[in-house]
Amino acid sequence: MKPSALFLAFLLLLPATAGAIDPRRFDDPEQEARYYALIGQLRCLVCQNESLAASSADLAQDLRREIQEMIQAGRTDQEIIDFLVQRYGDFVLYRPPVKPSTLPLWLGPGLLLLAGLGIAWRVLRRRPAGAPPPVANQAQVHALLEEDASGEAGNPPDGEKG
Amino acid sequence: MMRYAAPLVLFLLLAVLLAYGLRLDPRRVPSPLIGKPAPAFSLPTLKEPDRHFSPDQMKGRFWLLNVWASWCVACRDEHPYLIRLAREAGVPIIGLDYKDSIPGAHQWLKKLGNPYYQVAVDADGRVGIDWGVYGVPETFLIDPEGVIRYKQIGPLTPEDWEREFLPLIRSTTTK
Repeated sequence: MKPSALFLAFLLLLPATAGAIDPRRFDDPEQEARYYALIGQLRCLVCQNESLAASSADLAQDLRREIQEMIQAGRTDQEIIDFLVQRYGDFVLYRPPVKPSTLPLWLGPGLLLLAGLGIAWRVLRRRPAGAPPPVANQAQVHALLEEDASGEAGNPPDGEKG
Repeated sequence: MMRYAAPLVLFLLLAVLLAYGLRLDPRRVPSPLIGKPAPAFSLPTLKEPDRHFSPDQMKGRFWLLNVWASWCVACRDEHPYLIRLAREAGVPIIGLDYKDSIPGAHQWLKKLGNPYYQVAVDADGRVGIDWGVYGVPETFLIDPEGVIRYKQIGPLTPEDWEREFLPLIRSTTTK
C-alpha cells in the first residue's frame, strides 16, 4: 500500500480511538451510545479545545465518570447537560446556546458575509460603467492598430512558434 | 473623500474591538455560581478524619474557600500570601484539599506553614465538580448568608484581594 494512502487511512481511523482513551463499560448499548454522544458534545475545561471524549486531563476523566454514573442512575441527557452547565457555565457546551448574549456570535458571520457581498456587488457594478480612457487622437490609434494587424499576418511576434 | 471614510471607520471599529478582545483571557471560564448559594457538602477534615466540615458551619461571616493540593506548583506561589492574609485580614480561610494524598498534604503544610482554619479533604474531586473547579488554585469568597460572591481563578495576589475581594466584603459589612 502506498505510504500516503496508509497515512490517510490512519488519519481517518483516528476518531475511532476517541472512545479508547478511557473506555467505560455499559451493559446497555443504548446507554453506551448516549454516553459517547454526550462526551463528544461537551468541552474539556482544562484542554479547552478538546471534547470530553478526546481529553486525557484529570478533570475530563472525572467528568466522564460522573456522566457514566448519571446515565446509569437514570438521568436524561438534558439533566446531565444541565448539571454541567449549572457548575461550569455555557462554556462547557461545544455548541453555544442561542441566547441574547450569543446572538452576535451566531448572526455575526452571516451578516459580515452579506456585507462583504454587498460591497463586492457595488464595486463590481461600478467598473463597466466607467468611461473608456480618453484618447487624444482616435485617427492615430486606428492607423497604428491597422499597421499592427497587417504586420502580424506576415511576421509572427518574437518568442512564438510559427 | 467619503470613499476613504468607510474603510477607515471599519478599521477603527476593528481596532477598538481587538483592543478589548485580545486582552481577554480565554482560559478564564466565568463561574455561573456567583450570586448562588454555596453548594453543600460534608467532608472529613485533614487533622481529624472523624470530624467533618460543612459550609453551613461558616454562616454568619465572610470566609474563603481555597482549593489547593500538594502536587500543585502554582499553589506554592500564593501560599506565603495566604499565610499573611490568615494573620491580618480577619477572614477565615478554609482549605479544600483537592484530589491529594493525605500524607502529602500534611507534609506540605508542615513544610510551608498552615494558613487554614480547617482543611476539608476532597479526595475524589466530587465536591470540586460541584463548585465548578477546573484547575488549582482557585479561591471562593462566601458571604455571611452562604452565597458565593466571587471566584478567583489562579493564585490569589494582593492586587486581586484589594480590587475584588475587599470591596465585596466592605460593601456588605457596612449595610
